[in-house]
Amino acid sequence: MGKRTVIPFGPQHPVLPEPIHLDLVLEDEVVVEAIPRIGYIHRGLEKLVEKKDYQQYTYVAERICGICSFMHGMGYCMAIESIMEVKIPERAEFLRTIWAELSRLHSHLLWLGLLADAFGFESLFMQSWKLREQVLDIFEETTGGRVIFSVCDIGGVRKDISADTLKKIAGIMDSMEKELKEISEVFINDSSVKSRTKGVGVLSKQAAFDLGAVGPMARASGIEMDMRTQGYAAYGKLNFKPVVEKKGDCYARTSVRINEMFQSMDLIKQCIAIIPEGDIKVKVTGNPNGEYFTRVEQPRGEVVYYAKANGSKYLDRLRVRTPTFANVPALLETLKGCALADVPILILTIDPCISCTER
Amino acid sequence: MSILSMTKTLFKNLQHGPYTVLYPIKKKESFERTRGRIAISIDDCIFCSMCQRRCPTGAIKVDKANSSWSIERLQCIQCNYCSEVCPKKCLTMENQYTSPSFGNVRDEFIKCMNTQSLSE
Repeated sequence: MGKRTVIPFGPQHPVLPEPIHLDLVLEDEVVVEAIPRIGYIHRGLEKLVEKKDYQQYTYVAERICGICSFMHGMGYCMAIESIMEVKIPERAEFLRTIWAELSRLHSHLLWLGLLADAFGFESLFMQSWKLREQVLDIFEETTGGRVIFSVCDIGGVRKDISADTLKKIAGIMDSMEKELKEISEVFINDSSVKSRTKGVGVLSKQAAFDLGAVGPMARASGIEMDMRTQGYAAYGKLNFKPVVEKKGDCYARTSVRINEMFQSMDLIKQCIAIIPEGDIKVKVTGNPNGEYFTRVEQPRGEVVYYAKANGSKYLDRLRVRTPTFANVPALLETLKGCALADVPILILTIDPCISCTER
Repeated sequence: MSILSMTKTLFKNLQHGPYTVLYPIKKKESFERTRGRIAISIDDCIFCSMCQRRCPTGAIKVDKANSSWSIERLQCIQCNYCSEVCPKKCLTMENQYTSPSFGNVRDEFIKCMNTQSLSE
């Protein structure tokens, strides 16, 4: 046994898109313990509900995270709508589902690029982000924003998508599916990529369950947990099954996300095929009074929204439990016993979103 | 075989050339809905302050006494809420973004004989 050394990892590190700090306790080249520290980008967004009224907060909620911004907005709107007992039009539900699935697609493509970058495959990184650009263009065309859409509102959505544009989106999904197949081959079959991901950072099903892992992290370990199966928005009318893998290593997590991308494309096409005509928004008047707890499946996993209102236009309390926060204990477990060179890849496979976590 | 899985894509890219827009020579076209910056048609404004009250970031200031409407450009988050609540529909969202600057930019519009824009 060698002498123990502590290596600080982050908050600034080339592999980290956002700041998180880990103290890695090493024995020779092997990690025996990892001690996390968060709190570098806390913005106090939960406290802000006391200053911004419940309608203004829609714009704050979607700024909790830049990648899953739409789903944060949707989660918040769903919570307030349920408190106020507002039933949103069916078309709005479908439009929300389309945007949510497009968000999942772009988030997973971003993650694939980052993973490729982490193991030093620069051209694969560029290919993934090239694909992602097409999704961002769809966003800009349909909502007006590339990252923050400001399109989800309490009572429905603020913008409609025309039939022509929907048809165009379905066409883009078809062509993208072919391109994605090409690059996903590299992640799934390339021997040099496999040597970096296969058997690395194994999280057993029991450990994933005990540590409360969520999203692709839990599904890669064999836990069939997907909040979309609850049937919020239009998911109840669509045909899909959660993507599950058994091995629980980095390779399984990559493959879950790749298959989820194909599933998202399929869900978008299903939505476009059966989207009904009609209104996109109902008028909401009055102030919310009551409390509600909602769960939404984000690209990174399950997000929990809890809102408590008191009958005034300001909420009493808003609590957001984000998926990365739930996945950090699982990350620490997978880090134990891994080689120092695998740490960047392991941190990336939980798809960390620190801005979400700290809010 | 499996180490050459990228080859097809690489040859395709060599043939295609760059996918990115060669910026200073060619500019990316914005979409009809692109949210760039808020513009006001000041002659139609009735200074009701609805936009100021609803703005989530407090970027808009309305001064009824001096008939002026001003916006802090870097504070504005382009959410388009103001233009939705405007009763006279004199606020519109333009496709072009605000040009880069070193400090805070407050654009002020005063309703008088001629509409003018003062930048500080």
